Amino acid sequence: MDRPTEGLRARLRQQRPIPLAAELACAGGELLALVGPSGSGKSTILRTLAGIYRPHEGTIAVGGETWLDSARGIEVAPRERSVGFVFQHYALFPHLTAQENVMQAMGHVPGGERRERALRLLERTNLAGLEDRRPARLSGGQQQRVAVARALARDPKVLLLDEPFSAVDQITREKLHEELATLRRELNIPIVLVTHALDEAVALADRMSILHRGTTLQAGEPAQLIARPASPLVARLIGLKNIFDAEVVGHDAVRRLTVIRWAGQPLEAAHAPQFAVGSRVGWSIPPARILLHRRDRPSRGDHENPVSGTVVRCLRLGDMTSIALSVVAGERSDIFFNVPTHVAQRNGIAPGAAASVSLLAEGIHLMPTAAAPTPGVEP
Amino acid sequence: MDTAALLLSLQLAAATVAILLPAGVLIARFLATREFAFKPFVEAVFALPLVLPPTVLGYYLLVALGADSLPGRGYEWLTGHTLVFTFDGLLVASVIFNLPFAIQPLQRAFEAIPEDVLHAASCCGLTSVQSLWRIELPLIGAGLLTAGVLTFAHTLGEFGVVLMVGGSIPGETKTLAISIYDRVQGFDMAGAGLMSLLLLVFSIVAIGVTFVASARHRRRHGSAD
Repeated sequence: MDRPTEGLRARLRQQRPIPLAAELACAGGELLALVGPSGSGKSTILRTLAGIYRPHEGTIAVGGETWLDSARGIEVAPRERSVGFVFQHYALFPHLTAQENVMQAMGHVPGGERRERALRLLERTNLAGLEDRRPARLSGGQQQRVAVARALARDPKVLLLDEPFSAVDQITREKLHEELATLRRELNIPIVLVTHALDEAVALADRMSILHRGTTLQAGEPAQLIARPASPLVARLIGLKNIFDAEVVGHDAVRRLTVIRWAGQPLEAAHAPQFAVGSRVGWSIPPARILLHRRDRPSRGDHENPVSGTVVRCLRLGDMTSIALSVVAGERSDIFFNVPTHVAQRNGIAPGAAASVSLLAEGIHLMPTAAAPTPGVEP
Repeated sequence: MDTAALLLSLQLAAATVAILLPAGVLIARFLATREFAFKPFVEAVFALPLVLPPTVLGYYLLVALGADSLPGRGYEWLTGHTLVFTFDGLLVASVIFNLPFAIQPLQRAFEAIPEDVLHAASCCGLTSVQSLWRIELPLIGAGLLTAGVLTFAHTLGEFGVVLMVGGSIPGETKTLAISIYDRVQGFDMAGAGLMSLLLLVFSIVAIGVTFVASARHRRRHGSAD
């Protein structure tokens, strides 16, 4: 986690009332997403960065300034930390117009320049013409933009976004995602986004930090996390469905493969020599690494980890169909994958039908099993 | 109509509001935003005048402010006259027995401000005083009005405490409510009736104004967050 010191670095620890064991690093110009289920402590971490929540122990350094160092007794008050904070429900000042809301954060700007700068910020967040409206007369998306403009008005050293897209409809959300992506290209400060929506994190973040009960389980680039979760728990938290456990039966250093036994059959997986032969491992595979065999003729990839089973669920979602294939009857061994709807129709995919798939070896990622046995797939 | 009593009552009510509103804002804001040991006890003490019989409250104030008490002696040393049976004594008593009428609506109003709005004010760099002045006071407008009107109206009508602490000295401590009582005692039902009607109309108007203003305030700011 080597990051330039101009960015944000934080280390937070506490047992109660909300357990925290989190480490964050975010460089200037980088967007870090804190992802986790409700109650994972992600909002608490964001509030701690802003100084409106005080942890028992920790350090926070932003842009070369120390905001918190509990060991040295340093704690900078929230109003003296240069943060831009966009709250989940925006927390706009309801009695003030959009422009006046933005101007409240401009204590550091000479009085004569505030009005002009607030107008420019509102223009930048696509609110030109709405500066005299109070929050009650703005739509959800417009309120969110005022909140972003107000956060930027402080000329912050770090921008903190607490589920800023959760209170708007899907179309507005996509638009706001684009606006944030544009905005962040112009900002050279660390941006920390709290979200429970994985797709949002993947679309917007340079790095993701997966949180569970206040603890950072894994941090890294979104693609890397999805392909290589550190544990079955991380895999579940980032929404992977194909999570199973198996036994290691051998390693093939030449072909760079590890062979595991799952559901009574051998499977070739990406090489993972760190797991001893005979040990139990967890494994996952992204749906995109599962290929449906054609009924009429076999294709080239069919010899790679062929697995047969019965279709137990088949859900048509527009152009794509989501399929669950039960490999061992009566056990939780369902494999989830998606195919184009016309492919599903052509191959007679329906509940009760037999089907075969290939699990591409490079997509099978091995990981240590959790202390408790991995329950396989959660429906 | 006892004009002197009417003027005295108005003067007492205005002075009570002028002292109690700023003090009430600070106390209510503290109670609404802080958690501390014995908070329910402190809140109960401030609410006590709501349930305590006025004569009981008046008795204790008489003892506490009287010439033999420390505050009474200190006041006499400073001004050369006693605190009880004077307008100043009446004002002190009036501030005390109106505490819940000012603090409770203000505290409810402060509590109704979403916590994140206060956090947003901090994150904007506003100091506690700036936050109070620019953000919180405008948002507790209805609470301020309610506290002011209730305190004013309640002062005009208070009888027991005023009689105990102030007596009934014309032009000094004889308020409208006491004057009404005196008129009835003297079989001047017409005079008592006129003054009662005045208080009745004033009370209706005051409560009406409060309700209308609260509804307007809610309509204006209610759906914003």
